[in-house]
Amino acid sequence: MNYIYPEYEVVRNYARCITCRACENQCSNMVHCYVECESRMESKDDNCVNCHRCVTICPTRALKIVKSTHTFRENANWTGKTINEIYKQAQSGGVLLSSMGNPENYPIYFDKILINASQVTNPSIDPLREPMETRVFLGCKSHKITRDGGGKIIPKTTPQLDLSVPIMFSAMSYGSISYNAHESLAKASEQLGIYYNTGEGGLHEDFYKYSKNTIVQVASGRFGVHKDYLNTAAAIEIKMGQGAKPGIGGHLPGTKIVGAVSRTRMIPEGSDAISPAPHHDIYSIEDLRQLVYSLKEATDYKKPVIVKIAAVHNITSIASGIARSGADIIAIDGFRGGTGAAPTKIRDNVGIPIELALASVDKRLRDEGIRDSVSLVVGGSIRSSSDVVKAIALGADCVYIGSAALIAMGCHLCRSCQSGKCNWGIATQAPELVKRLNPAIAHQRLVNLVIAWEHEIKEMMGGMGINSIESLKGNRLMLRGIGLNEKELSILGIYHAGE
Amino acid sequence: MRYLIIGNSAAAIGAVEGIREIDKVGSICLISDEMYHTYSRPLISYYLQGKTDKDKMKYRDSDFYEKNSCQPMLGDTAVKIDHKKGNVILESKNKVAYDKLLIATGSRAFIPPIDGLKNVKKKFTFMKFDDVLALEKELTQDSRVLIMGAGLIGLKCAEGIYGRVKSIDVVDLAPRILSSILDDEGAQIIKNRICDKINFKLGAKVDKFNHNLAYLSDGTIQEFDILIIAVGVRPNIEIFANCGGVVDKGIVTNEKQETSITNIYAAGDVCESYDSSCDSRRILAILPNAYAQGRVAGINMAGGSISNKDSLPINALGLFGTHMVTAGSYAGDSFADTKHGYKRLFIKDGILRGYIIIDHIDKAGIYTALIRDKAPLSSDDFNLIRVSPSLAAFSDAYRLRILSGSDNNI
Amino acid sequence: MKRVYVNEQWCLGCRLCEYHCAFANSKESDMVKALKDKKIHPNIRVESKGNINFAVSCRHCEDPLCVRGCITGALQRVNGLITVDKDRCVHCYTCIVCCPYGAISPSEDGAIQKCELCIKNNNGIPACVKGCINQAIVYEER
Repeated sequence: MNYIYPEYEVVRNYARCITCRACENQCSNMVHCYVECESRMESKDDNCVNCHRCVTICPTRALKIVKSTHTFRENANWTGKTINEIYKQAQSGGVLLSSMGNPENYPIYFDKILINASQVTNPSIDPLREPMETRVFLGCKSHKITRDGGGKIIPKTTPQLDLSVPIMFSAMSYGSISYNAHESLAKASEQLGIYYNTGEGGLHEDFYKYSKNTIVQVASGRFGVHKDYLNTAAAIEIKMGQGAKPGIGGHLPGTKIVGAVSRTRMIPEGSDAISPAPHHDIYSIEDLRQLVYSLKEATDYKKPVIVKIAAVHNITSIASGIARSGADIIAIDGFRGGTGAAPTKIRDNVGIPIELALASVDKRLRDEGIRDSVSLVVGGSIRSSSDVVKAIALGADCVYIGSAALIAMGCHLCRSCQSGKCNWGIATQAPELVKRLNPAIAHQRLVNLVIAWEHEIKEMMGGMGINSIESLKGNRLMLRGIGLNEKELSILGIYHAGE
Repeated sequence: MRYLIIGNSAAAIGAVEGIREIDKVGSICLISDEMYHTYSRPLISYYLQGKTDKDKMKYRDSDFYEKNSCQPMLGDTAVKIDHKKGNVILESKNKVAYDKLLIATGSRAFIPPIDGLKNVKKKFTFMKFDDVLALEKELTQDSRVLIMGAGLIGLKCAEGIYGRVKSIDVVDLAPRILSSILDDEGAQIIKNRICDKINFKLGAKVDKFNHNLAYLSDGTIQEFDILIIAVGVRPNIEIFANCGGVVDKGIVTNEKQETSITNIYAAGDVCESYDSSCDSRRILAILPNAYAQGRVAGINMAGGSISNKDSLPINALGLFGTHMVTAGSYAGDSFADTKHGYKRLFIKDGILRGYIIIDHIDKAGIYTALIRDKAPLSSDDFNLIRVSPSLAAFSDAYRLRILSGSDNNI
Repeated sequence: MKRVYVNEQWCLGCRLCEYHCAFANSKESDMVKALKDKKIHPNIRVESKGNINFAVSCRHCEDPLCVRGCITGALQRVNGLITVDKDRCVHCYTCIVCCPYGAISPSEDGAIQKCELCIKNNNGIPACVKGCINQAIVYEER
């Protein structure tokens, strides 16, 4: 007996359905089927994950998906969601798994922050008429400027990442997302002059040609790490944690370790790829420093090293330690950050919001006089250009976007990545599904998104009378809170609107 | 350059178009004993049915000769070739000089030597537009028509006159209809569908005529008002043979349509073709082949270089609403499918050699291509195409090549 | 000359091109009205074998076997485009036997039909190309 009633219903407008069967053809969950004897389509709601593939491709707009009105007896404590979770676990005995970022109803501080604009005394800038600098460099900045006899600055910097806009595609492994998704991200990064991140899946041999725009990751499983992998990259990221599942490792089931995925990860076909919760060689900042310098040594000190951590309670001390470990960049992933699969309870209950983590880390590093030793990159989750502007004003040098990039490529946030049957060809390795994501289309959509955001960022900066990201960075006076309490305002380091 | 073409049908037109692909200025002269603008011979039965008219029967637009700057000499007959002097003598005693000559004289109906035939008053062949005009004059609702020959021409003629005459009897020596293109089973299917319209006397021949009576070999006597002779065709090779050219069943040519005599080419029903499906030379009196050979001849006459490597027997025929298509040769193992209409595929040495399809003719050209290209078929591929023709049966590389545009022609 | 090409790598076999083609050639302005409860006769057709899918329509060959074989002159090559004059077609289907792509088929009225690159229906770029959800079908010079 199945206790669980389908969450969504497929509504078909039979007056518009021409039985082209595209919905049937394109649903990997086998929701739709053609009833030959009645010459009509039928739907099996139980299988629907609400991914909108059928809805989007239906040429006559005959389909929509609605939330089922089926309900439990009202109970503020025992919600339908909670009851269904218990049913699921009572049946399976397993850990609940989920994908993409924490969807629960926690505060979204970005939505409670407002951006300033100039009036009268400080003229705003029209980005269409005047230069507006969105280029940023990530890496350790020199503490003092040295000049030669003629007064010219002697450039003496450690390796930097050079970005046309302060946006990068965050780590998503080949394995968790498809070959075509990776190619799209790589192509778009190249075209945009930004970076994408391999995640802990290694770098497919076909994508070495995009290495100038590639950040390679070294995570606790060390999958896919070898000399060429490190040396081909623009930067190396040590992954200590992930916003969606702080404190735990990763697990890509053996069924997905086939063909090129197995080759790229450098593990046998069919073996589970288990990334341990900790790096077993890192139990202290000193240990971390060893890995940072091992990687720098291996790459001749030519690549900046990023350390990525999840936003957790004592983030400020951790960040301070990392800044002293020799890392060039700290990446912080907020509790809304996405994942291809994580235990639901961890995703939804562990970690802290990125806005608070960012503000406190930026302040702590400034207070300790080491802010310039590292750049700060934040993600989890940046959803729009205004989030980017707010993050930078709170102190970030750059942002990571993951979910937004996937959505640009076609992801409809059905949050079923763990099934491996992504109808959009993104979070899947099934060849017939992977081919649904044509990088010619997807990479252009990514480019479009970032260009659109860039325009909006410039408009907002111009409105504030600011003409470069550098001048916006940490400029918290440009922000005001709304509906926030004193404590929240003090952590964010901003005034309330009206103040 | 002076091009001379004897003929004005498919092969001749193919030659004109072939010449003009290469040579836009040389003079082209066409000689035909028929008075008409080039028209499509196979359409004469459709003309009787009223499905086409004199204007629509034109094989090319009315301004074809003008556009291709050629000079048709209609209503005159070429009687002799003087290949040493390079000219052709016409019935009108005119001489036409040439640098390159194409013989596209086609074929004529074979008139069998039968006792009493010359005393039959209303007898017709069914090849040319004039044949049809003459026949049409005699057709009445009371006419009893006897057609000798249950082949393509005989049966298309029967379809053309059906409904305009009282009765149609068809007699043929072969035990089945359309014996040159159908097998027993296919022929039976077609016969069953049309036997309410046509009376068949198969496996019988006319021994002798006595005015309106035909004495058949099975002992019966058939009364008729109009006789149509459609027992076969003979190529018009005489003009070429008489000047010393090499002929076999038809004019012998090489792959470039060159005959044994320098500067003389031949194309169409008058010459033999190499049938790749059965690896032998034979006359393939079908229009697509005539056009293709004419074009090849034309291109080569104009100084180009092109070979007509393989001609394939293909037939597409609609008869009283039933459509059938056939191609290739019927050798090797055969596999029939009678679920939808009738389909029989012939396969030998892992290669499709021929097919007969009745009713479900969709995409049959893919089968034709498999035959033409001698594409090796795995048993999986064969199982795939047995159901319906599919380009998926070709190798991935081949399919990629033909569909990707790296080769805009097979 | 611009032609319609299908890239097997991206063809999903969804058959939407067939419906867009049928709609474009239907003379209706609404797809539902044009195609509801009708058997479609598109000029582009998808073939599938296992995971391989590809849509096939007229290649507009430089040396077209269909035009060569046409017994009436209904099929012609005009500026590279293979067009059919339905009035002159007598439904003999010789072209169907000739076309190596299976790209010509009988229409409901008996005359043959084939892809004419949406020239006659004023669709601008061919409807199959516009309607392809994965850019597997493209209209370009090669």
